[in-house]
Amino acid sequence: MRRALTLLGLAAVPVLVLAVFFVLPVSGMLARGFWPDGRFDPGAVLEVLTRPRVHRVLWFTIWSAGLATAVSVVLGLPAAYALHRLALPLRRTIRAALLVPFVLPTVVVGVAFRQLLGEAGPLGFLGLDGTPVAIVGALAFFNVAVVIRSVGASWESLDPRPGEAAAALGASPAQVFRTVTLPALRPSIVSAASVVFLFCATSFGVVLTLGGLRYSSVETEIYLLTTNLLDLQAAAALSIVQLVAVTALLVVAGRLRRVPDPSLARVVARPRRVRPGDAAPVVATVLLLVVVALPVVSLVVGSLRQGDRWTLDHYRALAGRGADEALLQPASDALLLSLRTAVDATWMSLVLGTLVAVVVSRRSRGRAERRLRGVLDGFFMLPLGVSAVTLGFGFLITLGRPPLELRDSALLVPVAQALVALPLVVRTLAPVLASVDERQRQAAASLGAGPLRAALTVDLPVVWRPLLAAAGFAFAVSLGEFGATSFLARDERLTLPVAIYRLIGHPGAANYGMALAASVVLAATTAVVMLAVERLRVPSLGAF
Amino acid sequence: MRRTHASITVLGLALAATTAGCSLGGGGDDEGAGKAEQVVLVTHESFALPDEVVAQFEEESGYDLVLRASGDAGALTNKLVLTKDDPTGDAAFGVDNTFASRALDEGVFDTAEAELPAGADRFALDGDGADRLVPVDNANVCINVDTTWFAEQGVEPPATLEDLTRKQYADQLVLPGAATSSPGLAFLLTTVAAFGDDWPSYWRDLVANGAKLTEGWSDAYQVDFTQGGGGGDRPIVLSYDSSPAFTIADDGTTTTAALLDTCFTQVEYAGVLAGAENPEGARELVQFLTGPEVQAALPTSMYVFPVSSEVELPAEWAEFAVQPDDPWSVDPAEISANRDAWLREWSDVTSR
Repeated sequence: MRRALTLLGLAAVPVLVLAVFFVLPVSGMLARGFWPDGRFDPGAVLEVLTRPRVHRVLWFTIWSAGLATAVSVVLGLPAAYALHRLALPLRRTIRAALLVPFVLPTVVVGVAFRQLLGEAGPLGFLGLDGTPVAIVGALAFFNVAVVIRSVGASWESLDPRPGEAAAALGASPAQVFRTVTLPALRPSIVSAASVVFLFCATSFGVVLTLGGLRYSSVETEIYLLTTNLLDLQAAAALSIVQLVAVTALLVVAGRLRRVPDPSLARVVARPRRVRPGDAAPVVATVLLLVVVALPVVSLVVGSLRQGDRWTLDHYRALAGRGADEALLQPASDALLLSLRTAVDATWMSLVLGTLVAVVVSRRSRGRAERRLRGVLDGFFMLPLGVSAVTLGFGFLITLGRPPLELRDSALLVPVAQALVALPLVVRTLAPVLASVDERQRQAAASLGAGPLRAALTVDLPVVWRPLLAAAGFAFAVSLGEFGATSFLARDERLTLPVAIYRLIGHPGAANYGMALAASVVLAATTAVVMLAVERLRVPSLGAF
Repeated sequence: MRRTHASITVLGLALAATTAGCSLGGGGDDEGAGKAEQVVLVTHESFALPDEVVAQFEEESGYDLVLRASGDAGALTNKLVLTKDDPTGDAAFGVDNTFASRALDEGVFDTAEAELPAGADRFALDGDGADRLVPVDNANVCINVDTTWFAEQGVEPPATLEDLTRKQYADQLVLPGAATSSPGLAFLLTTVAAFGDDWPSYWRDLVANGAKLTEGWSDAYQVDFTQGGGGGDRPIVLSYDSSPAFTIADDGTTTTAALLDTCFTQVEYAGVLAGAENPEGARELVQFLTGPEVQAALPTSMYVFPVSSEVELPAEWAEFAVQPDDPWSVDPAEISANRDAWLREWSDVTSR
């Protein structure tokens, strides 16, 4: 009984937050679709699902996101190994650099990719502009960092001894990987892949910019139906499909994640020296770095060019408001606001994420309790599967009146960003917490430690590095978040990605150059933050 | 023990960061002003006015002007419709002639009681809308060509809509899509006005001739157009009649031209929201938007022409931004009745 109460107590705050800032707005929008004129009309919503266009949209979403996920995992695994198990020079810097694409606003990445792949670009001969290949490539470009970081974190703390034992018994490296390493990594790979799939399936900037409007995903379709056609019935139908699909995906992922014995021995393996046998993953990592760097380099070059000459003018312009005062505040203020917003979003998502991770990762007694934890786990992943447009419009129609008069609150943007980052935080922490042997906590309790003391001495030493990784993620997500923010941002309060979007939308080569410069600053800021996070991890690795 | 030290340091840093004003809660907020003393303008993300003009309004009226800007004209209209029972502000600016009837049909706007400046009558709506939506600015969406590119190639640039489907201009046109951008929608309406029910076959020819579609104006102009910032390779683009004023070369002439037989006029309106908390302030604001200060600032702030014929245009505009005499037009009521069907058909014609 006390366990159940503790569980509910821990879950209460996150559940309440999600109820107000997610369930309420989204169901508000769905209700507008199901009750078009105050009358309940589910038939019209279901009828939408029979439209041939909807079938095309669904099929494209599934295969493009699935393929992009597979590409991310295949590219991410060797890099996760090389950057977390091998003593590569500069590996922390590389890890931080690889996270940069993840936080670049889609609009900027879209422009960078199009400059590379477009008919006039250096890779134009490939003829990829406006093809699904470009879309899948860009999605993988965004998300490969998720795989590297979350799989790398588990790989790093994987006990090397079972693998060594297998090798001593005559297993080849490939056999060791297949029979020992891969099964142990499966929970984190499945976690990362499911998050990446959701990110890909709900990304809309990439599909719109790179697909040349020839392709529509569920997310772009909801955007058009809501902001242009005001066809809320069709939008509601697609939102329901999204929610059902996300739930199904979570159930399947939950099954796959379960491994026979989750209690991993927690030993942080020292990175070992590079051997000739490591050539394949190292080469793969270097190639990945080059591929990721190309669009970023094209951004940097663009930001330094004015006409035919090299200049820093675009960077100097960041202190101002752009040509013809394209912005209502200097771009430097936008960066400051982005950082402040990110601090708020980070602590919010960490507090909520830690509570959720603790709740869902504890061993359950009995089936009902396990099921309850499973439902809670899935519940907090749902924000990933809902369109930012639906959420943004939902905020407007449901949070306008007392007692929930929040739609003009300055905290709405960080709250929305925290919700976007929350699943990443939970997915980073939960597998680690789940792998802590319950007997250790029991031992601590039997020695007289209270629950807090037990958490501090048993869980914290294991979880604090993943916690920092999660904090870095949340910060980065918040810095780059564009979808929800652009629906909520007010003119006096522009975050940098929204400011960049506005600059790109204004005529004049100066504003375009300034937008590129601002993107480079955003990318550099992120890299510095990630590098700082990596630095903080140093003591535990004994490198000092 | 070092681990615990490090984690405490991190915790401390996080706390310090939050309390030291890095957080939004930490900084000084501007929530001081009382509610009755402010007037809230809901608008789209392209809205911009010089600080002096805003300051002048605040001084003359005694109200603080608060902006709520996000989305484009379509998103703005739909937001206003969705929140009509509980508006997010007092006045709205940015609903255009392609979306006006949706907002009016839904009863979003109250009467504005504004006096129009000289020359604005030709942009006013008919019927019920005339009292509620006040024209503030206008711009023509036209095909633009890179004149230097065509001169270098020794080719005559296209002049009409029909020219764009001719083989000699194959793979040279880039334009934003009608479903994702308001200039794109305006061009769809141009073709509806020019070709009537045959417009889908014109679009088939256009796509078959290698026309490239992008998500928005910036993608088409900045990345693919030869005179855009990104150094693209397509010399024909959909943009505005004012765009040539922004491509002035070192010798003081413009490198692009708008094709005046391909234009569609977009008019943006302002209005007082029904159920506004401060309707008097909203009326003053709407009147101010049509006044000489705002009208004169429109070209440089928002790249559009004023509706008032009394204000002077900037020098480059007077010289290089040529307006069409007889742009294409479609009746707003007809737009309202058919917009969604046209967009659906357009999407089917242009996607595969």
